[in-house]
Amino acid sequence: MAGHLVIEGVHGILVEEFELDRADLTPQADLYNDLGLDSLDTVDLAVAMEKQFGFKVDRAVDEKVIREMRTLEEVYAFVRDKVGPGGEQ
Amino acid sequence: MSLNKVVITGVGVVSPFGIGKAPLDEALLAGRSAVVSRRDLWEEKLSDLTCWLGAPLGEPLDVKSIPRKLRRSMGRVAMLAYLATTEALEQAQVGDKELSSDRIGISFGSTIGSVASIEEFFSACLEHRAIGGLPANIFFQFMNHTCAANLAHAFGVSNRVLSPSAACASSLQAIGCGIETIEQGRQDIMICGGADELHMMVSACFDLVHAASHGFNDRPTCTPRPFDHNRDGIVCGEGAGAIILESEKSAEARGAEALAQIEGCATTCEGKHMAQPHRESIVRCLKEALDDSGLAPGDIEYVSAHATGTVEGDREEARALQEVFGARNVPVSSLKGHLGHTLGASGAVELAACLSMQKGGYLVPTRNLQEPGEGCEGLDHVTGLRRVGFGRFMKSSFAFGGVNSVLIVKGL
Repeated sequence: MAGHLVIEGVHGILVEEFELDRADLTPQADLYNDLGLDSLDTVDLAVAMEKQFGFKVDRAVDEKVIREMRTLEEVYAFVRDKVGPGGEQ
Repeated sequence: MSLNKVVITGVGVVSPFGIGKAPLDEALLAGRSAVVSRRDLWEEKLSDLTCWLGAPLGEPLDVKSIPRKLRRSMGRVAMLAYLATTEALEQAQVGDKELSSDRIGISFGSTIGSVASIEEFFSACLEHRAIGGLPANIFFQFMNHTCAANLAHAFGVSNRVLSPSAACASSLQAIGCGIETIEQGRQDIMICGGADELHMMVSACFDLVHAASHGFNDRPTCTPRPFDHNRDGIVCGEGAGAIILESEKSAEARGAEALAQIEGCATTCEGKHMAQPHRESIVRCLKEALDDSGLAPGDIEYVSAHATGTVEGDREEARALQEVFGARNVPVSSLKGHLGHTLGASGAVELAACLSMQKGGYLVPTRNLQEPGEGCEGLDHVTGLRRVGFGRFMKSSFAFGGVNSVLIVKGL
């Protein structure tokens, strides 16, 4: 999947479902300190990304990655890793 | 041990007539009904209900008026509680200083958590056999103490937080717990009340025990009919009532206006039947409340009855009132004909309405009461808007499970 589609998709979720200001969504923005999310929000973010991008979170593998994500750049990387370059898992 | 006097310093409401006390007061004065048909929404999911009526909040719920971080753990019932509490705190002028102190608590109940959230959760589990896709916060939306816990989170209350759950007596019982907490000096201020949301599955539970109105589906505003000869059951509504209780000393020290004084409360249980109320049990609760207040029946100037429109419940309540107060000695009315039955919210919502009636010098009649049914005669039924001053009144709630709760209040 093209990089800009990943970024647009993630931003769409954060604006629509988490009611964040698009102007705050920079790659280096910290999910917790800058965007005000918390651990419960990252669980819902993962669910929303599953629906948006059509992948399935594997808790055994992905839970630690999700918990340790801090910046938006790391979120984009997680999605890219899950969907692969051709959009497949 | 001398007990602290307890006063009411704030009131907030969400009723089927809208968000806030004003729409409720206006609708009751105008004699309107909030009951509408829900058949178009319910029949697709539950085809064999006999009652298709409900009294939903008559305006869209602007969920985004509640910050997302607070809202995410709230189902509809907790949102209603939050909105009512916001109004009550504002009237009581309780702000950050009081909310962050160690002298404020919460006692706020509901019949059950958010039923819509329960439906969402079990639909995923039972229909799809998977939890994937469910929101992380869904349990916080339907746990039984969702109102009290969400209010504590939203307003930063970190002291005594109670969540009495006694179906239709929930809010009056919650207020009773708040009264006792303040009387004993354990907190100075208590955010009290109750809430419930309208959902077809709740109405279905009344349908199952043949307690839901079924003969007026084509004439929604003609039911429920408390005490009336043609009454045939309840109609579920939704709402929230929030009452700020405070020790008289605390209110004086803050310069807060005391709207009313709590003079007595009682709660008892039938102990014999889950759904069938009996006169003796109601009488005992009414008398305990009078004993608690040190008052005689003749001191009560108005009774805001529970009367939901069920055949047995209204009859037993009327007989109990006749026994305690004598024939036609005290004006009696029920607000269920206007509001439907807002269940766990009803005690607090109707208490709020009574305070407006006391302040305004009028009594709202029992809507749809045309001819008292057998056993319901012999009371001074208010059947038309009555302009009369009164000070002291009694509010009662009687619930499934046999739980009774009664409050005696004096307007100031």
